[in-house]
Amino acid sequence: MGGDLARQHLIDPEVCIRCNTCEEACPVKAITHDKRNYVVDFALCNECGDCLPPCPTGAIDSWRRVDKPFSIAEQLLWDSLPGDSEPSDADRLGTVPDEVARITAAATSSSGAVPPPWSAAHPYVALYTPERPAVATVAGNHRLTDEDAESDIRHLVLDFGKTAFPVLEGQSIGILPPGTDEDGRPHRVRLYSIASPRDGERPRHNNLALTVKRVLTDHEGRPTRGVASNHLCDLARGDTVKICGPYGTSFLMPNHPGAKLLMICTGTGSAPMRAMTERRRRRLALREGGDILLFFGARRPGELPYFGPLSKLPRDLIQVELAFSRVPGVPKEYVQDRMRARSADVARFLSSDEAFVYVCGHKRMEEGVMSALADICREHGLDWASLRVSLAREGRLHIETY
Amino acid sequence: MGIDYASKIPNNVDLANDKALQRALEHWQPKYLDWWGEMGPEGSKLQDVYLRTAVSVDPKGWAHFDYVKMPDYRWGIFLTPPEQNRTIGFGAHKGAPVWNEVPGEYRSTLRRIIVTQGDTEPASVEQQRQLGRTCPSLYDLRNLYQVNVEEGRHLWAMVYLLHAYFGRDGREEGEELLMRRSGDADKPRILGAFNERTPDWLSFFMFTFLTDRDGKYQLAALAESGFDPLARSTRFMLTEEAHHLFVGETGIARIIQRTVDVMREHKTDDPEKLRKLGVIDIPTIQRYLNFHFSVTLDLYGSESSANASLFYKSGLKGRFEESKIGDDHQLANDEYVVPEVSGGRILTKKINSLLALNERLRDDYIVDCQAGVDRWNKIFERAELPMRLTLAHKGFHRRIGAFSSAKVSPDGRLVSDAEWTANESSWLPTDDDHKFIQSLMGAVTEPGKFAGYIAPPTRGINNQPANFEYVRFA
Repeated sequence: MGGDLARQHLIDPEVCIRCNTCEEACPVKAITHDKRNYVVDFALCNECGDCLPPCPTGAIDSWRRVDKPFSIAEQLLWDSLPGDSEPSDADRLGTVPDEVARITAAATSSSGAVPPPWSAAHPYVALYTPERPAVATVAGNHRLTDEDAESDIRHLVLDFGKTAFPVLEGQSIGILPPGTDEDGRPHRVRLYSIASPRDGERPRHNNLALTVKRVLTDHEGRPTRGVASNHLCDLARGDTVKICGPYGTSFLMPNHPGAKLLMICTGTGSAPMRAMTERRRRRLALREGGDILLFFGARRPGELPYFGPLSKLPRDLIQVELAFSRVPGVPKEYVQDRMRARSADVARFLSSDEAFVYVCGHKRMEEGVMSALADICREHGLDWASLRVSLAREGRLHIETY
Repeated sequence: MGIDYASKIPNNVDLANDKALQRALEHWQPKYLDWWGEMGPEGSKLQDVYLRTAVSVDPKGWAHFDYVKMPDYRWGIFLTPPEQNRTIGFGAHKGAPVWNEVPGEYRSTLRRIIVTQGDTEPASVEQQRQLGRTCPSLYDLRNLYQVNVEEGRHLWAMVYLLHAYFGRDGREEGEELLMRRSGDADKPRILGAFNERTPDWLSFFMFTFLTDRDGKYQLAALAESGFDPLARSTRFMLTEEAHHLFVGETGIARIIQRTVDVMREHKTDDPEKLRKLGVIDIPTIQRYLNFHFSVTLDLYGSESSANASLFYKSGLKGRFEESKIGDDHQLANDEYVVPEVSGGRILTKKINSLLALNERLRDDYIVDCQAGVDRWNKIFERAELPMRLTLAHKGFHRRIGAFSSAKVSPDGRLVSDAEWTANESSWLPTDDDHKFIQSLMGAVTEPGKFAGYIAPPTRGINNQPANFEYVRFA
């Protein structure tokens, strides 16, 4: 399938000023226009490039991979270019291990199977299996939370060297801890959300970042030692780690200009939010628009991963609302309380066709967030029960909690 | 098709084999450089500017980017290559081979057309010469300089035609083009809009969006000319003109974008509050748009014009996209609707299409302007803000033609003197507006930084990043 994609030359209607130089320059008369747009006829364009230098805006230098070329009639109606679908190769797609499928199903149990946003890029899935893992080298490992914080949350950068490991924001990778359990079997795979955008933590280097919390208690608060998290948190620069994946075909970000993101998270649930925000930040100059509103909860500022960098993000990129539940002398505030305080803005997001909602964090947060969303909808004349169904059906509501 | 860069005057017209012409132009060249030194961009002599120059006139060679000191810019003479067997496309000589010499009977008419076009080129350089001192960024400074050097080259294009085809008269006109000064009481530039000041960057962007677009329409009409050297000259100029329109359209778009960002951040559209926040409120942008649009409409001349009719019938100046229009290209029996003010009302009447060619070109221009304004309005739409910019009625604030003695509101109503006086300050820029805009003008010359009233561009020049060092200071 992927091999059949054609490269189509297009003109970006948002950047073009309709000056006619391209039409004038084209030796094969492939470029034409109406009152609205200048467009390229796929059948006539031979990609000679004569139109590229005279274009004063760069709008002419737009290309898309398509399985069916856009007709002139279609292009004449555009206000903006469609999203790009990246080249894919069906043959390379592996199968998701049962164990990974089970974890994913549990994490998304409340929303069920949701399609990805319509403009999401095509994800690669399960290129590496537990039997045939990729090996990454630790390029960095530093603590994000204050030294005196209760939780030890770390920012880990993994470098894949010359091993191809393409990922998208919102995808996860599987960590295969070394050694065996009490029964002598290999440890189970653990999934971690990628915290960096698709072009890497360090752009154009073959690397990615994870946000890892050292697990020292179980869900009931009893002391335990998370095998994978402690393995990761203890890694030093230069150590290697076995990885399978990537995984995830639904919790992906929209790529079309104007898409708005409403993101709600706690703790290490911030990893995919960071990845998406960072993707948008790096493309800020392209002015693709689309607001981002982030609600992020932690116990205290010192426990909130990426607190410093987050507070420095430009206002025209993202609005950040932080909620802290354990600041001495201050009433407890949870993300759902913050959302209620910004109820009008949340309602505006929910009533926009361009809004995509992402929730990631503890299971116990999810319930509070869902009831806050229901309350906000009621207050603004929206029906959350039906809205939730349609959002999910349209790939605009993504929930991963654990 | 390459350009001869070895000679003193770069050219693709084989100047080396026409010694008399070469001498004449080499005699004019130092005078041009003196004019540039006196009236060109202030403070620019020592800067290295990342400019586009043509290294050949075919599509792949005409956009070469490199650092240049502006006085060293290689102004030259570039014509689009001739089209084999081209015939005249309209008027009385329709179907005859194009002229490569000036027909005797049209000599003075043609000279006047070329001089009028040529006069606008140095005029705009003069109007804009102080802007470099208040550039909102290096990116914008570079764009200003690119516009300036290309206007200078357009003067070269017209002076070449005068020297090559009009003998001594032409050489004298070439001198005169360097003698007139924009806004000068004694020796003003020929057309009104080119004697207005361009005191700030909002005016500059409006000028490049609106008045350079008049240039596009005039050049496009001349590109149809039966006098082939003029057609080939203006065709190449049009390619450069596109950059000027781009500077204007995106300049205003970036100012709007910045205002919209601040409006959303502070949840206000109150002009006073926005001004305190250092951005330009939308009503002020509208007033500047009204002003520049109306003075530019005057450049097209009267609705009914015997001169325009003559230019067309003679095959000297066509209509916009003449060859794409499906009629007889003679127009003797066609009619066109023009406005008139009569009995206290704005009416329309039909006149012979030949007489109405100014109005037709003006109408084509308005359609193009409206499309640009619509694209600006998308910024408000995307931000879910209710306001929109509009083009004023074509009768608003006119000094030439049917509306020159009428008072017309921007929405196209005839109004009393009292109503005009009461509303003028909300329709046209006021002294207070000028002072406010002037207060925002301060040079930003650190790479990647932009003045507070304007957003960064979405793409850099030649795909360079926004923080590229577009101008290097000595």
